[in-house]
Amino acid sequence: MRLHEYQAKQVFADAGIPTPASQLAETVDEAVDAAEEIGYPVAIKAQVHVGGRGKAGGIKLVESKEEAREAAEDIIGMDLKGYHVSKVLVEEAVDFVNELYVGVTMDRGEGRPVAMVSTKGGVNIEEVAEEDPDAIAREHIDPAFGMHPFQARKVVYEAGVDREVANDVASVLTTLYQLWDDRDGADTEINPLMITSDDEVIAADAVMNIDGDALFRQPEIAEMGEEAAEGDELEQKADEYGFDYVRLDGNVGIIGNGAGLVMTTLDLVDYYGGEPANFLDVGGGAKADRIANALDMVFSDDNVDSVVFNIFGGITRGDEVANGINQALEQFDEIPKPVTVRLAGTNAEEGMEILNEDLVTVEHTLEDAVQRAVEYAKEVEA
Amino acid sequence: MSVLVDEDTRVVVQGITGGEGKFHTEQMLEYGTNVVAGAVPGRGGQEVAGVPVFDTVQGAAREADANAAVVFVPPAFAGDACFEALDAKGIDLVVAITEGIPTQDMARVYRKLQETDTHLVGPNCPGVITPGVAKLGILPGNIFSEGNVGLVSRSGTLTYQVVDNLTNRGIGQSTAIGIGGDPIIGTDFIGALEQFEADPDTHAVVMCGEIGGEDEEEAARFIGEHMDTPVAGFIAGRTAPPGKRMGHAGAIVSGSGTGTAQSKITALEDNGVPVGDTPEEVADHVEDLL
Repeated sequence: MRLHEYQAKQVFADAGIPTPASQLAETVDEAVDAAEEIGYPVAIKAQVHVGGRGKAGGIKLVESKEEAREAAEDIIGMDLKGYHVSKVLVEEAVDFVNELYVGVTMDRGEGRPVAMVSTKGGVNIEEVAEEDPDAIAREHIDPAFGMHPFQARKVVYEAGVDREVANDVASVLTTLYQLWDDRDGADTEINPLMITSDDEVIAADAVMNIDGDALFRQPEIAEMGEEAAEGDELEQKADEYGFDYVRLDGNVGIIGNGAGLVMTTLDLVDYYGGEPANFLDVGGGAKADRIANALDMVFSDDNVDSVVFNIFGGITRGDEVANGINQALEQFDEIPKPVTVRLAGTNAEEGMEILNEDLVTVEHTLEDAVQRAVEYAKEVEA
Repeated sequence: MSVLVDEDTRVVVQGITGGEGKFHTEQMLEYGTNVVAGAVPGRGGQEVAGVPVFDTVQGAAREADANAAVVFVPPAFAGDACFEALDAKGIDLVVAITEGIPTQDMARVYRKLQETDTHLVGPNCPGVITPGVAKLGILPGNIFSEGNVGLVSRSGTLTYQVVDNLTNRGIGQSTAIGIGGDPIIGTDFIGALEQFEADPDTHAVVMCGEIGGEDEEEAARFIGEHMDTPVAGFIAGRTAPPGKRMGHAGAIVSGSGTGTAQSKITALEDNGVPVGDTPEEVADHVEDLL
């Protein structure tokens, strides 16, 4: 779960990391008032989870009240790479001489956290990692001990950070690791960490991704996460129903159980010449109600022309799935979109007997079911 | 022969008094698994499905000679349950079924694991089955059949799908290992492949991977350098867009070209592993390899 910049900055500032003066604004007037109060130049920054906000026009540097108004009018309400901008952060523009990158993340290959520092801050760090991996100094942390103070110093010196600011940068990194550890961080990053001509160190951006599985013990962060929730209507509906759901561009709706099998179903739709409309995993042990909700979700996506169910029962039972499908479809006078069903595994035979074949097409193998669903989608398209 | 699980496996179920724990204990017993104990703090002395419950895993290992633990404990407490099993003398296999354990808890468990000789499978996995002998976990026993193909997979239901394709052609399995879909897991692909390579009764292996991380790429190199047993592969997530999490916490393609389906497929093929476009095609490859 990812916090907005303004939320992450608040968390960082509360922990003692220096951040620029800033105010959150939801209207043009609020943004202009904030800019006047902070004093020019200020940056007006869209609060959405989009990489490359600056290039896409979501961040503007302004020098006067008129410019602030113009920028706020442009940014508030804009569509930034598919995300609606409803909030901006109005922030003191920092006059910097250097930009660093500082981050802590889980190295899943090593099964340990890693602290990273680079003097190539202010640009896309993934690109730096790709093109010039030696430009990022890394230090793995033993989770049994946490980060030793020397490790923070070591990675800062290894990165080639100026001696004048090395201690302050190490101190920021130590705090960042502590936050990562205390708040169940997945990634915590500052990019750029700005160095001013007075050798001051200031976090000009803040990234905080929290492990979604740990929210039960991070109530404050969970509350912030609710504010940060974004995505289209369908994705929010999926959250309500508790489905793992990802919307895609195609027209074949897909419902299945288990992430690997659902991904495979998407891949097969593509393989047989169709285009997947979504990833929807109902999870293990889904009962009839949950199946009906899944169907409701996929039906409410206007792009969907045909739906395929692929259930391989382990803890999920075929009879429950069949009852859910019948229950969802029997309320329609006319089935809105053709539904193809493939059931295998636990109680699959009972399920196939229960399924109302006036309402759905039943196929016996994964390959046949996907091909049938793709054909239906093409018929509707034509 | 088989790997990890055989006739001598004696199971303690952690969380046996919970709904899932009880249901799957019954299922495991029905399959013929030697479940000798349960472990739930404060429930020592009770019985579930005819199995005696102990307060600690160590008690179950000492009193009931358990040598393998299966974890059905809720996510908030499952990290501690894994620690307890790794700490218990006499337990040399831990299978963690629980989904949704915080990653930082697993990083600590993983750290502990490095100090022991114990095998950990999972978490967030369907378990391990040696067909006809025993199953540890939630895999539906009826789709498996005895034979000589080893199977290792990150995903539960995808494992079932591939096993079904194999069983329908009369190709049985030596052992199937679901290693789990989380970012940090105990036994990884290489750990499972090492086991299969050392097992004379495993004549071919199916490896089912998915997008995210670089485990499949590393496993591909391991196969090329260290394995005589032939391997067939499958990779899920070819159509996944970058940056989106496809259900499994581990299944996310980073923006920078690593962890994609294509990079994994290429790595496997470069090391002599035929990769199927469909599960049915995987079964074709296995038939060719045997």
